[in-house]
This record gives sequence, C-alpha cells and structure tokens, in this order.
Amino acid sequence: MAGWSRHDGLAAGLALENVDTDQLIPARFMSIPRSEGYGDHLLHDLRRGSDGALDPAFALNQSPGASVLIARRNFGCGSSREAAVYALVDAGIRAVIAPSFGDIFAGNAINNGLLPAQVSVEAAEALLALAPCPLAIDIAARQIAVAGQPVLGFELADQAATKLENGWDDIDLTRAEAPQIAAYRARLQGQRPWVWPQTER
Amino acid sequence: MTSAQTLLDKLWARHEIRLREDGTSLLWVDRHLVHEGSHHGFAKLAARGLPVAEPGLTFAVVDHYAPVRNRDSIGDPDIARMIRTLEENAAHHGLRLFGLRDPAQGIVHVLGPEQGLTLPGLLITCGDSHTSTHGALGALAFGIGATQVAHVLATQTVWQRKPKAMRITINGPLGVGVSAKDIALNWISRLGTEGARGHAVEYAGSTVRGLSIEGRMTLCNLSIEGGARFGMVAPDDKTLAYVAGRPFAPPPDQWDQAVADWAGLRTDEDAAFDRDVTLDAREIAPTVSWGTSPDQALPIDASLPDPSALPAEQAAAARAALEYMGLSAGRPLAGTPVDQVFLGSCTNARIEDLRLAAAVLAGRRAKVPGLVSPGSALVGKQAEAEGLAEIFVAAGLDWVASGCSLCVGMNGETVAAGKRCASSTNRNFRGRQGLGARTHLMSPAMVAAAAVAGELTDARPMLEGRI
Ligand code: SF4
Repeated sequence: MAGWSRHDGLAAGLALENVDTDQLIPARFMSIPRSEGYGDHLLHDLRRGSDGALDPAFALNQSPGASVLIARRNFGCGSSREAAVYALVDAGIRAVIAPSFGDIFAGNAINNGLLPAQVSVEAAEALLALAPCPLAIDIAARQIAVAGQPVLGFELADQAATKLENGWDDIDLTRAEAPQIAAYRARLQGQRPWVWPQTER
Repeated sequence: MTSAQTLLDKLWARHEIRLREDGTSLLWVDRHLVHEGSHHGFAKLAARGLPVAEPGLTFAVVDHYAPVRNRDSIGDPDIARMIRTLEENAAHHGLRLFGLRDPAQGIVHVLGPEQGLTLPGLLITCGDSHTSTHGALGALAFGIGATQVAHVLATQTVWQRKPKAMRITINGPLGVGVSAKDIALNWISRLGTEGARGHAVEYAGSTVRGLSIEGRMTLCNLSIEGGARFGMVAPDDKTLAYVAGRPFAPPPDQWDQAVADWAGLRTDEDAAFDRDVTLDAREIAPTVSWGTSPDQALPIDASLPDPSALPAEQAAAARAALEYMGLSAGRPLAGTPVDQVFLGSCTNARIEDLRLAAAVLAGRRAKVPGLVSPGSALVGKQAEAEGLAEIFVAAGLDWVASGCSLCVGMNGETVAAGKRCASSTNRNFRGRQGLGARTHLMSPAMVAAAAVAGELTDARPMLEGRI
C-alpha cells in the first residue's frame, strides 16, 4: 500500500453522529469479494431510496468526487467489519474528519491508508458549516487547511501517522520479530502447555 | 518492587512479546477464532502465499451465514459460497472446523466458552466486535478487523496499544426478572456509546460475582456498545466449575497447574483505574432500547423522550431515531405494539436465557410470530431435553437451528421494512435486522413477555411465582 502525507481534495459533510458500520456498509453486501469493489455500497441505505437510486437530497450525493468526509462524533462505531473501511476507500475517500471514532474502525482505517482525523467538536461543526469545500490535509503537521479560514489541528497517534505516511504493512514488520516470537512461544509451551489443546476430550 | 496491578495489567503483561518505542505492544494470541466473515483475512494470507502460523490455535466456526432452517438445501448461492469458502480455508490450512453439521456448531462467542476453548488468562481474538464476551472467564479478548485477522493468521500475534483501565462496579441484589442484559443497557444508556471508548472494562462488585458465567458473558458481550473493545471479569470458583471437563479445557494432568496459574488473575487491592463507575443493582429495572443506538434505552415504565426537551446536540439524533422507529415523543414505552420477536444471538441465547424466556412463555401463547435460535446446537439439545423447546413451540414460536441469524440478517432471515421486532440481540442500528427494520433490544424475559402481550411490556408480573 502506498503511503501518503499530504492530500488536497473536496470535503463533503455528513452531519450525523454515531454513523455505525452497518450504515457504512449494510451486511447484505459483505459477501462480495473485495476485487469487485465496495464503493457503490458506501452508506447504501442512507444515500439511496428504496429503488436503489441516489437520493439527491442527501448531502453526500451533492459532492461527487469528494475525497474527504466530515462527520459528527463516534464515527464508525459498531462492528469490526473492515468492509466499512473498504467502502470508504473504494469510493475514493482518503480521510474522515470527526470529533471521535469507534476504536476498531480507527485501527482498520489506518491499516488501509484511510486517515481518521480527530478534531474538536467546534472544528467539526465549523467544517460542516463550510462543506462542501476544498481542503488540504497535512499528516505530519496534523493540520487541516481551508482557504480563507484559520488552520485547524487534528489528533493522530504517532504510530498511526508513521504507518499512514509509509504505507507500512504490519505483517512485514512483524516477520522481523520472528526470533522473539519463537522464544516467547517456546517459553509458553513450557509454562502453560494447556494453551495448545491436545485433542478434544 | 512491583506496584499494584489491574487484571488488565496482568493479562497484558502475560502476552506482551515486545513493547515498541511508540507505545504499541506485540501480543501473543492464544486462540484465534475465525468465521465466514474472515474471508478477507484468508484472501490476504493467500495473496502472500503464507501458511497459518498456528493451525492448532485457530478454530473455524460457521455462524454468521448459517441458515437456521433447511440446512440441507441452501437456496441462496452467496450464502452457500460464504460457508463453502470457510470450509475450504479450514481444510486447506488444517483448522478444526465447527461446520453446519457439527453437533457442537454454534455462534462463535457461545461455542468458544462452551467447548473450553475460552480459558482464564488466554488472549483471544476474532474478527467480530463482540469477542469481548470471552472476557467473562478472565481472558483478554477483543475484536479485530480483517487486516489484523490476516496478521494473526500469519504470525499468531497482534499489534495493539494498551487501552486505559476502567472498572464498572455493580453492587446489590438484582430484582426478580432483571438480568445482565438490563445491567448492560443501563450503564450504556447512562454513559453513552462512547462512555468506555479507549478503555478495557473490568466488571466487579457483588452483583457481578452473583451472576452466572452466562450472565457475565452477556455483560462482557455488550462492552463494545458502550465503546469498549475489552470487557472482563476476574475468574473465581464459578469460572473454574464452568471450565472443568469441557472438551478443550486443560486435561486432568494439567488441571492443577492451570488452576494455580489462574489464581493470581485478579486486580490487586490498591490498583488504580483510569476510570471507576459504580452502579446500584437495586436501581436497575428491565430496560428496553427505543432508538437506533444502544444508549437510547429506558426502563420499561418510562416514557419516550421529547426531543424538544433535550439538549440541542441530542435532540436531532433523538428526533431522527423516533422517526425511523415510528414512535411518538413523550408516549409511554410500554404498550408499543410489536410485529415479531427474536430470541437469539451471542448476547442472549445461552441456556439460562432460554430458561428465563420459557418461564414467561410456559402455558401462554404468543400474539406475534417469532424465532427462537439457540446460541449453539448443544444449547439447543439441552433446551430440548429440558422441555424448553416444547414450550416455545407450544407458544407458537419457531424453534430453529443455531446461528447469528436475525442478529445481523446475513443468513437470509430479515425483519421486513417498517416491522418492529423485540429482540434479545445487541444492536438496534438502522437496518441491522433488515432494510428499514425497527429493533428494540431487551432481555430474553422481556422478549418473551413482548411475544405474549404483542407489545412492549414489563416481564416481571408474568414471572411472578414462576422463578
Ligand atoms: S450473534 Fe450477532 S453480534 Fe454475535 S457474533 Fe453473530 S452477528 Fe455478531
């Protein structure tokens, strides 16, 4: 996965709190292989009418080409389904800006190059009022800039920033730890043999 | 000198292989549970041509897409494919599979403890946010996403930042007909869906000690709905009694050693928590969700909120939730007619849940249709042996096989648009049970009472003299 550190794009508002992962991608789409793409199913039931056509009144539908989403608190709460992140990424979203995120969602986002930018409630509201608007995100500086507006800061843990910037894949990093893992495993087998169930009894 | 430690500290230290400079820990995983939804993780593994690092510690369960009726002829090709993919991955990597025809098949968070796969002191991961359930036995258990699933498959480890420690202490006797589900909905409605975000919750206090292991599982299960990825209860004699003799539990020649190893798994007297919350069990009534977020819940005798009386930041969400749910502001919650009921899920489909529901339903008829899906095939078998299944059928409910079913609507069972379902599950999100479905979360006793009354109602009068 390619890393990134700066992004300029159009931000769309999604003025909702608790946008849960069932909204981001309804369960009925989750058997689709990733190769088919999840973008069309992003926020499916909120964006579309019962006939499946895009609802023109839904704010997000008024900003085709948006690559940043601004939302209210607790974005991505709910299940661990990484498909919620796939739906955003496949729809071209690079960053979500919100006052808070579901823990598992935020981790999944980082693992897929999607920035969960945590801002104050005031900053989120200010951006929502401006949306749709072009903005620039700088991960290293933890800054969001909208032309003619004061620059806003966002929060992101250092290790998350490093991962996003480098596009690192944990499996590669972890394989470098193989000797330590092997040593831990050997110790564990001696100390707690029941961790490996022998056979069913 | 060692300073006082929380249960979280102790469980974390046991599994930490390395602490990176940036504060992230590399943790050893003792049990990795996979299900049909783990297909993305297996695909990532295949793309790299990697084997499963520890097939002996990886267990596969068919639950999310498991049909609960007519298993022998699965009509929907997508469902059949999802199940087949898991079967193939399990066979390819040499994993123990609890498949559709396995006598022990069930929902992963019911099956794990039931089989003795879940043990005190273990670290357990699964690509499902309700993995916190396993913490009820004193394990460190948490849900992970597909990238992490692939990582655990490949390395048997997971990178994780240590969460903060939070304790929820519940003291006092629970009222008759009030259960762990009500405790959970109560604290989540008080603290909100972010109340425990970034924290691992340890449940403590006399009420928690008094709960059965099943009740503790319900409590830990719902941690994520309050924002916590981890829930846990320190193991005690009840835990040992529960674990002993289960198929994958430590064999007799290792049992004493295991018990000794687990003895220290409790929070030290003086250990400090980042957050401490105390509840009085006596103040907890049967609780029902009314909205589209699990914190939108109220005691059954309460009235629906009036958005115009709420603070501005809550008003819009409450208004939208009432509209979606087809409810009017200010009306009493009790008496809301329901169209159907669902008794099932990893939250509330264990044997004692079914017993409580059957206590309400015995000798009564349900006014609305409903589905009863046991948490596992073994729970189902026991319920049949105890005569509970007969009670459900006599009441007019459908007694079906085990799976996630209407909790998540992936197996072909859904609640139709605009229909209202009284449900023993864990999420009342819009569309969770089906496009446009209206879900009310509540305890199994309350689901049973709703079935009998055809509307939301207090289960306690129906339980009088019965438990
Ligand atoms: S029953 Fe529901 S919450 Fe539990 S594992 Fe299945 S889908 Fe997830």
